[in-house]
Amino acid sequence: MTTGGASETGRPPHLAHHFESSSQQVETGKLGMWIFLSTEILMFGGLFCAYSVYRANHPDIFFYGHQYLDTMLGAVNTVVLIASSLTMAWAVRCAQLGKQRGLVGFLALTLVGGAGFMGIKAVEYTHKWHTGKWVGTANMYHPAKADGSMAPPKTEADPAGAEPAGPPSGAEAASQPFAPPPDRSQVLMPSTGPSGMVALEPSPALEPKAAEHVELEDLPPAERERVHIFFQIYFMMTGLHGLHVLIGMGLLAWLLVRAARGVFGPRYYAPVDCVGLYWHLVDLIWIFLFPLLYLIH
Amino acid sequence: MSTGTTTTGAGATTGANDNYLTCDRGIRSWLLTLDHKRIGLMYMVVILASFFLGGLFAVLLRTELINPGPTLLAEEERAWDFYNHMFTLHGAVMVFMFIIPGIPAILGNFVLPLMLGARDVAFPRLNLMSFYLWLIGGAFFVWVLLSGVIEVWLGIDLPGGGGLDTGWTFYTPYSTTTSSAVVPALLGAFTLGFSSILTGVNFIASIHMLRPEGMRWFRMPLMLWALYGTSVIQVLATPVLGITLLLLVAERVLGVGIFDPSLGGDPVLFQHFFWFYSHPAVYIMILPAMGIISELISVFSRKHIFGYKFIAFSSIAIALLGFLVWGHHMFTSGQSALANAIFSLLTFSVSIPSAIKVFNWLATLYRGSIWLATPLLYALGFILLFALGGLTGLFLGALATDIHFHDTYFIVAHFHYVMMGSTLFAFIGGMYYWWPKMFGKMYSELWGRISAVVVFIGFNLTFFVQFVAGSQGMPRRYANYADAYTVYHQISTIGSYVLAVGLVMVGFNWLHALVRGRTAPANPWGGNTLEWHCPSPPPHHNFSRPQRVGDPYEFRRWRFDPEIDGYVRVEGDPVAPAPEPAPAGTTDS
Amino acid sequence: MSQHERKPHETAHDDAWPAVDDDHPHVTPVSTLLAVFGALLALTALTVGVTYVDLGPFNLWIALLVAASKSAVVVLYFMHLRWENAFFGQILIGSLFFVALFIGIALVDTTEYRPEIDAASPPGAAGRP
Repeated sequence: MTTGGASETGRPPHLAHHFESSSQQVETGKLGMWIFLSTEILMFGGLFCAYSVYRANHPDIFFYGHQYLDTMLGAVNTVVLIASSLTMAWAVRCAQLGKQRGLVGFLALTLVGGAGFMGIKAVEYTHKWHTGKWVGTANMYHPAKADGSMAPPKTEADPAGAEPAGPPSGAEAASQPFAPPPDRSQVLMPSTGPSGMVALEPSPALEPKAAEHVELEDLPPAERERVHIFFQIYFMMTGLHGLHVLIGMGLLAWLLVRAARGVFGPRYYAPVDCVGLYWHLVDLIWIFLFPLLYLIH
Repeated sequence: MSTGTTTTGAGATTGANDNYLTCDRGIRSWLLTLDHKRIGLMYMVVILASFFLGGLFAVLLRTELINPGPTLLAEEERAWDFYNHMFTLHGAVMVFMFIIPGIPAILGNFVLPLMLGARDVAFPRLNLMSFYLWLIGGAFFVWVLLSGVIEVWLGIDLPGGGGLDTGWTFYTPYSTTTSSAVVPALLGAFTLGFSSILTGVNFIASIHMLRPEGMRWFRMPLMLWALYGTSVIQVLATPVLGITLLLLVAERVLGVGIFDPSLGGDPVLFQHFFWFYSHPAVYIMILPAMGIISELISVFSRKHIFGYKFIAFSSIAIALLGFLVWGHHMFTSGQSALANAIFSLLTFSVSIPSAIKVFNWLATLYRGSIWLATPLLYALGFILLFALGGLTGLFLGALATDIHFHDTYFIVAHFHYVMMGSTLFAFIGGMYYWWPKMFGKMYSELWGRISAVVVFIGFNLTFFVQFVAGSQGMPRRYANYADAYTVYHQISTIGSYVLAVGLVMVGFNWLHALVRGRTAPANPWGGNTLEWHCPSPPPHHNFSRPQRVGDPYEFRRWRFDPEIDGYVRVEGDPVAPAPEPAPAGTTDS
Repeated sequence: MSQHERKPHETAHDDAWPAVDDDHPHVTPVSTLLAVFGALLALTALTVGVTYVDLGPFNLWIALLVAASKSAVVVLYFMHLRWENAFFGQILIGSLFFVALFIGIALVDTTEYRPEIDAASPPGAAGRP
């Protein structure tokens, strides 16, 4: 029985009581992590299903909606996440080789990458907020009214100006927290949007196929009232993904603290490895989100 | 002797009564335990408490239904609202807090490492986290549901109130527009699901990585095959429930229009999302039960299980095929005719592995040396009730008949036969079977058998007439009904009282065993799976050395010893080659 | 990992169980990491560039293909799958299969009943779909 740094019972100190060898312990940890990753894939798979179903049934809406996403910012985010995956994999390598400073450095860089990603996301989300393309606030669930009747969920105003069906929303929408002012329509025409971080006018340098820019009137009438579907899916998918990035950043911070104390080394690097697997999964999901949301034809 | 004594170890001798229950004392040693056996017991307490709650409401529901018109409350509107809250609580608590976690969390946690000859599951801390997630989600869930029921009953307002009145299935658009407390309930269910996922991860890793030398896949007990299949489903299906619940929360809170038609969404899509999990979920419920039955049938016929590989492969087949049939819950919901046809065809295929198992169990019993102990009574009940429930599933898989049966009492009867008549029976049988191992105490065999008969009679009295009522058109989830159905409801309600009495008897039998039961031997039943090779109750570490693995159903290695009223190893093992000389001073384990 | 204090009953039986310190992992070379990074950047540029070319319905499939290639590279090298137990890869492929199953059947069904819904809701009305 080979031991290293043995405790009073002769077992390596990092070996849990129910494992017989370090390799068994490390392998089991990785297996558990891979199984957990498969659960994450299934969970996001549900969102990809919603995406597929709505895109297949409403392709025009998706093309129209994606025009409001800034491809450049999306591409930058993609590069940022890929770079953070590189630094994460490098950090695992450093842990396995016992290179403490490299480990700490690369973990910190990965954390910075995650923060950068969230920063750009914040910019994008803020812009959406200011241009009135937020997550269905005008449609927020309303509790029962004072007379006991149920106020049905709000529907957005038809940009063409027709009266929406259902009770008028003006006063109620204004009384809801976080609702945009009632005179803002849910979706703006590309040419009439306020200037923000993104040029809403198709820019020949950036926008693909400027000649095929789609206006709201180009959509079939029934679809014009459903354009918010694209944004719901966009927010749900990028929102859940962003939440996972935040969780990953928390895990990285935890690792960073432990790495700074010199806990990891060639004998014990499993947590770095497993958090690394999680972080790469977050990157993988974005690798699919980017073309599906930002690069639609 | 009944309790473990070992003499190995660095000079530390264990006392005659040192087992996992006594080795460490104090509430913290339980709440912070990493011992899978203690975690299994903690699950047992809380899960049985949820079963009691769900069962209490079942009795209340049946009491409401004893007459058409309001029975429990006087005013009609309140009575119907009360009924909606009650059946939602009953269904949601039973499904999410009892039957899905039940066998894996209690018996699986206890028995899986023992059957593997291992000292714990792969991830003990994750196991404890699963338990606390269950506790938090369950507490939240119960609070929301129960407060709602109480609110409607008493006409008051409670914090977190509103309850839930959507049925456990949360169908849109009702769940997106009702004023009940849907969001907290969804969050509770989400947390419970997360607990289930982590248990599945733990079991898969354990079975892959902790099998001892010599226990290749086809040397595992069938209970482990069953738990493996269950865990695969837990891991693959539950996340989809997670995202479904999250989307529903987003729908209510943010007005996201994915499922609500008034927001541009698609309610049938909700049902696709929901049933993609919830159909495999019923296989999470039944597979571990089938694993228990394989063990019980074999041990209590003193005969090697017939068709081991067929049963093992059937467990995996059920797990996988179960993912292909979810649309059969949606035949009348607006699903396309094409999808209806596909799902109907696939549904018939999933009955095949289940039938294979039933034939194998019967073949095992045939010409076996049958011991009608309490666990076997439940196993025999399982076979009959599962056959009935499963066969009625075929009526439901056929499009032409399902059109008439959907959302009637036929469905209610069908799923109670497979979930209660099968899973619950197997659970109780398993509890009786492993009770001596868990507590080192025997229960009263006489009262065990009596209560088994009472439960069986009560169950059939309650649910058999529901098949008839459903085929006559009695809709489910209705508190009021036409007079023509009254006789069915009254029989069913009387049956439910009998069933309740039987289950209470079972509970008392267990409690009495804990307090007054006689000491159990290490192997009261003569099983050859590894959990019977260690003392009853097991020591903290389970085994003091890696175990030698043989065929789990080779019963000739044991002979009955009347002195201890249990089984002991046959000297000079009749089936194995001459063993290596045992290390000095040990009697094994 | 197992730094909790061991109680007496927990350490008593350790000696009879093997306890081997034998973990010798494969370490990814820096050159591999950098090459993978370069490939990912190139594929990202490709996927953005392809959107400027109109290939009709194939644009979607090419985008998915490029995304799949990037994923394969991340999985094999950054996530180390190239040198790991093949079972981990089977887990990954298996989960993707179930996602595809779910999406596939949901797509088949929703596209099948879409015309019925569209026929029932008059186009251009202020009513809900």
